[in-house]
Amino acid sequence: MKNKTPLLKRMRENRLFWPLVAMALILIIDSIFAPGFFKIGILEGHLYGNLIDVFNNSAPLMLVALGMTLVIATGGVDLSVGAVIAISAGMGAVLINPVFGNQEITNKVAADPNLTNTPLWLVVVVTMVAGILCGLWNGMLVSRAKISPMVATLILMVAGRGIAQLIERGQIMTVYYTPFFWFGNGFILGLPVSTYIVAVMFLLAWVLVRKTSIGLFIESVGINAKSTYYSGISEKNIKLFAYIFCGFCGAIAGLILGSNIKAIDANNIGLNYELDAIFAVVIGGTLMSGGRFSLLASVVGALIIWTFTITMYTFGVPANALLAGRAVLVLVVILLYSDYARLLMNKIFERKGSQHGEAN
Amino acid sequence: MVDNQNILSMTGITKSFPGVIALEDVDFSLRKGEVHALVGENGAGKSTLIKVLTGVEHPDTGLIELDGKLIQVRSPQHSQELGISTVYQEVNLCTNITIAGNIMLGHEPHRFGSIDYKKLNAFAEQSLKRLSIEIDVTQPLGNCSVAIQQMVAIARSLEITNAKILILDEPTSSLDANETNELFGVMRKLKSEGMGIVFITHFLDQVYEVADRITVLRNGKLVGTYATATLSRLELITKMIGRTLVEFDDLTKLKRESSQHIGGEALLQAEGVGRSGSIQPFDLELHAGEVVGLAGLLGSGRTEIAQLLFGIDKPDSGSITIEATPVKNHSPLSSIERGVALCPEDRKNEGIVAELTVRENIILAMQANLGWFKYLSLQKQYEIADKYIKLLNISTPSADQPVKNLSGGNQQKVILARWLATNPRLLILDEPTRGIDVGTKAEIQKMVLSLAEEGKSILFISSELEEVLRTSHRVVVLRDHKKVAEYSGNAEKHIDIKTIIQTIAGV
Amino acid sequence: MAKRIKPFLLANGPMLAAIAIFILVYVIGGQLYPNMQKPQVFFNLFINTASLLIVSIGMTFVIITGGIDLSVAGMIAMTSAASAALLAKGASPVLVMPLMLLVGIVFGFTLGCIIHFLKVQPFIVTLMGLFFARGMAYIITLEALPIQNATYRYLALTKVHIPFFANAYVYIPSLVGPLLLLVVIYLSFFTSFGRTVYAIGNNEQSARLMGLPVGRTKIIVYSFGGFCSALAGIVWSISLLSGYGGYAPGMELDAIASVVIGGTLLTGGIGNVIGTLFGVLINGTIVSILQFNGTLSSWWTRIGVGVLTLIFIGVQSLFYMRKKH
Repeated sequence: MKNKTPLLKRMRENRLFWPLVAMALILIIDSIFAPGFFKIGILEGHLYGNLIDVFNNSAPLMLVALGMTLVIATGGVDLSVGAVIAISAGMGAVLINPVFGNQEITNKVAADPNLTNTPLWLVVVVTMVAGILCGLWNGMLVSRAKISPMVATLILMVAGRGIAQLIERGQIMTVYYTPFFWFGNGFILGLPVSTYIVAVMFLLAWVLVRKTSIGLFIESVGINAKSTYYSGISEKNIKLFAYIFCGFCGAIAGLILGSNIKAIDANNIGLNYELDAIFAVVIGGTLMSGGRFSLLASVVGALIIWTFTITMYTFGVPANALLAGRAVLVLVVILLYSDYARLLMNKIFERKGSQHGEAN
Repeated sequence: MVDNQNILSMTGITKSFPGVIALEDVDFSLRKGEVHALVGENGAGKSTLIKVLTGVEHPDTGLIELDGKLIQVRSPQHSQELGISTVYQEVNLCTNITIAGNIMLGHEPHRFGSIDYKKLNAFAEQSLKRLSIEIDVTQPLGNCSVAIQQMVAIARSLEITNAKILILDEPTSSLDANETNELFGVMRKLKSEGMGIVFITHFLDQVYEVADRITVLRNGKLVGTYATATLSRLELITKMIGRTLVEFDDLTKLKRESSQHIGGEALLQAEGVGRSGSIQPFDLELHAGEVVGLAGLLGSGRTEIAQLLFGIDKPDSGSITIEATPVKNHSPLSSIERGVALCPEDRKNEGIVAELTVRENIILAMQANLGWFKYLSLQKQYEIADKYIKLLNISTPSADQPVKNLSGGNQQKVILARWLATNPRLLILDEPTRGIDVGTKAEIQKMVLSLAEEGKSILFISSELEEVLRTSHRVVVLRDHKKVAEYSGNAEKHIDIKTIIQTIAGV
Repeated sequence: MAKRIKPFLLANGPMLAAIAIFILVYVIGGQLYPNMQKPQVFFNLFINTASLLIVSIGMTFVIITGGIDLSVAGMIAMTSAASAALLAKGASPVLVMPLMLLVGIVFGFTLGCIIHFLKVQPFIVTLMGLFFARGMAYIITLEALPIQNATYRYLALTKVHIPFFANAYVYIPSLVGPLLLLVVIYLSFFTSFGRTVYAIGNNEQSARLMGLPVGRTKIIVYSFGGFCSALAGIVWSISLLSGYGGYAPGMELDAIASVVIGGTLLTGGIGNVIGTLFGVLINGTIVSILQFNGTLSSWWTRIGVGVLTLIFIGVQSLFYMRKKH
């Protein structure tokens, strides 16, 4: 029983359609106004150029977007992702170069690029655990204590920065240990390490949600929690999983970001990531009310906002000035996907379609 | 000479929604100084008729005359302005504001630009006095019983509009006997002042106590309007839920044959199971291969039993055993694991997951049973979905259609498919044919019997008594949250509908 | 008399708890650090929490209607940056201050309209408002911009002496909050508008059915919130004599915390600004204690406020859930 929907309509209804259109638009503008944008060269044995920068720098956001997608799909939100990045990056820095009392790291030993106080693998593990614990905290508040997700994660969003500051004893910690930089600056087979990390995490997420029933349950809970409960699925554990995974993603993002920036400021690292993460998720077609989601669309969404940001840099617009514009964009995207807009769109396209004798 | 006894006259009201005709050519009139009861089972059209009168819905056809003048009620606000006040079952007031505040909300007396609380309280007291109520009007409404809250709601609606008509929608559901009497006192007082009162209720005793006339609706059509004094309880119930003759047809033959397969041992046994506020302790035994029907009026406790057996609610007393093993950790999932399934009453909010596809809806409960990690492969899912689409004759362009695009009847079939896919031993069906076209109704009824023949145990709940009788081997009758009787038919004699109606009526 | 005490306690329990906690924390502080017992310390609370009080008052109304406003801190930053920029260009405070208030009203009005007419959830709309406002502040000036205007300096440095307390003083901006408080108390209890706000918070559907102007009231509430944020921004820019997009980080949580601790339910309908005052004072007292301690880092305030808010939300839901049964 196949239904013959015209190609344009089917394309339009695919979740990737609008994100790819937006992406194409930005790239077209770049090719016209900033011809150097697409140059990719080879330097020191790896690929080099604006586009590579985009992939490398957008990696933390892509990771956060993965986690945020699942949380929003359950009908919630996680405003604490920036704070989780700060906590995990700060934890990494402290484990490598612990500061005692208020001494700054002027000690030659500590500034040794080959020395670390904790083996790197342990740093990674501890950071991951920290992220999971943050996610667990959020998840328990939302699923067990039934606190609204906005309020629950708002608390960690603000208190978390305080925790990060505590971890770093209020200082901006610089990491000197070279192997740590590999996450954010290294290259494998010419491509940035961070891209591989994103690919692995994406694969992990995809397997977890599409090769198990978790994805279906998440969507079901987001659409109608009551009917889902009547079918034997408890929303508590599904939501808990989503928040834990989001915390985990935040931790890995923090690791990459910290490795990239090298000097980790608990107040500023990961700032405004919540905004961009929400943007990536909604432009991928996931509704704020929850339900159907697409990991790929969210990753593309993260790419879009980063490409947009780099394009603006190329035109000389400073980052903070973009903040206002990005905020308006998110709202516009949310409205575009809302019911009102959908009705409007259908009306416009319907008129064209009915001329071809199409039933709707 | 125009009959100016009627304060309200509705004629030829028809209202339909996609897939269902809620009201078909219904007439309703209300006289000055009368209490007029509006009765009917679920889906009869009562609430739609009231929504038309209060402007929440607009009728497709029909006329409304208020005090001799033709009107069109545009909105709830407008209906209030016209003099139609409504008090709903869920009292639409604000519990955080005082009684006086609620009565005068939006119309507070002011003095020098700020609210004059002295006057406010005085007005409120006067208002309640009219209803013969004296109470401290400065306490928050939330501190008061539902009975008082309703009185306040009535007082408010009388206070702010020059009300000619008062609609009371199921006002006594949360009241005890004393409070109900007080409400009736208020109603009689208002009646004597010339107010026309529409009284919607499913408590038939109360209808006889306070109503002058009764209008019965059934399946969207008007059955008739009668003077209370001339209609006996039995006649009333008969008009509400059944005809006096039962037709012989294939179904009965099928039933006769299948009743031979009924298992001896009880599949499910409920002993003294009860839940305060919802159903009094009852015993129930369900056998494999048997269809047990739950009959009773709206509010008698049918859905409550279904939800208790399935694990949505936990019983306060008694025990449930399935195949002689007691049930612990009662929940929907544990029920599914034990082979119990519930097709819920509220299709939209408890049944379908709207944006998911037909396939996903069908395999949902089955997947819940398998857990997070034993994911049914897509191929298997399509197989299962296609199997049930064919089996239940579900009309859908494909298994990938979002279930919200299907008609009500097909949605119901999808839910049914979901539960059949879990291969249950006991299937509880709560109003499975409500709001569905006649053809599909018959299909589902036939299916119920063939499932029983396969060895499943079925608990069949429906407002339509005929339907219950046609499909059930045994009928359990509920009245006022209590199980009152049980009747079995056998190969020779079918269950008598008259007897059932009498039991429900309590005569 | 006794009969009226119990319902009074029940109705105002959370607010009384806030007052009690404030007194408790203050007394504990006074015992730990004898210097805290000086009267000026109490008045310093009003000096230090001047902005927070104003913002929290605006936030109270928003939360009572069942909504939330995350944009407040952004508005403070934007107001400070805009004021600094305009003053640096030579504009007069007589022009700048009303202009800022107008901007705040328009901002809040816009948010309110999006929330009501386009039916987008308040948290996401005001979250975007937060980023938008901060973004605008950064567009105006990337670095902190000092204010050298004479009037501002006067307002910042002139002491107002408190009668009956020798050597006790506050600054002029510190008086704005308490004045605003009086106005809002009047609005809450003595106007139909205030009653409507409470009705909406209790049950928006009922309020609509009762014929109350729900849409108009909600939009006014958010506009008022914007006004308060702008006013707080003016006070902030006077106190710091500069403007910058990064100011007041996380103040939205401080404001929400003050409102919640003061006894207002996040779900709406219950609470009042008097409680909020004490919530703000508790916040200020905790900061004072940390300052007197000197060794504990100020980051503990952030964490402490977060935990306290959580506890209060938990207690609230228990308290009110039991009431329902």
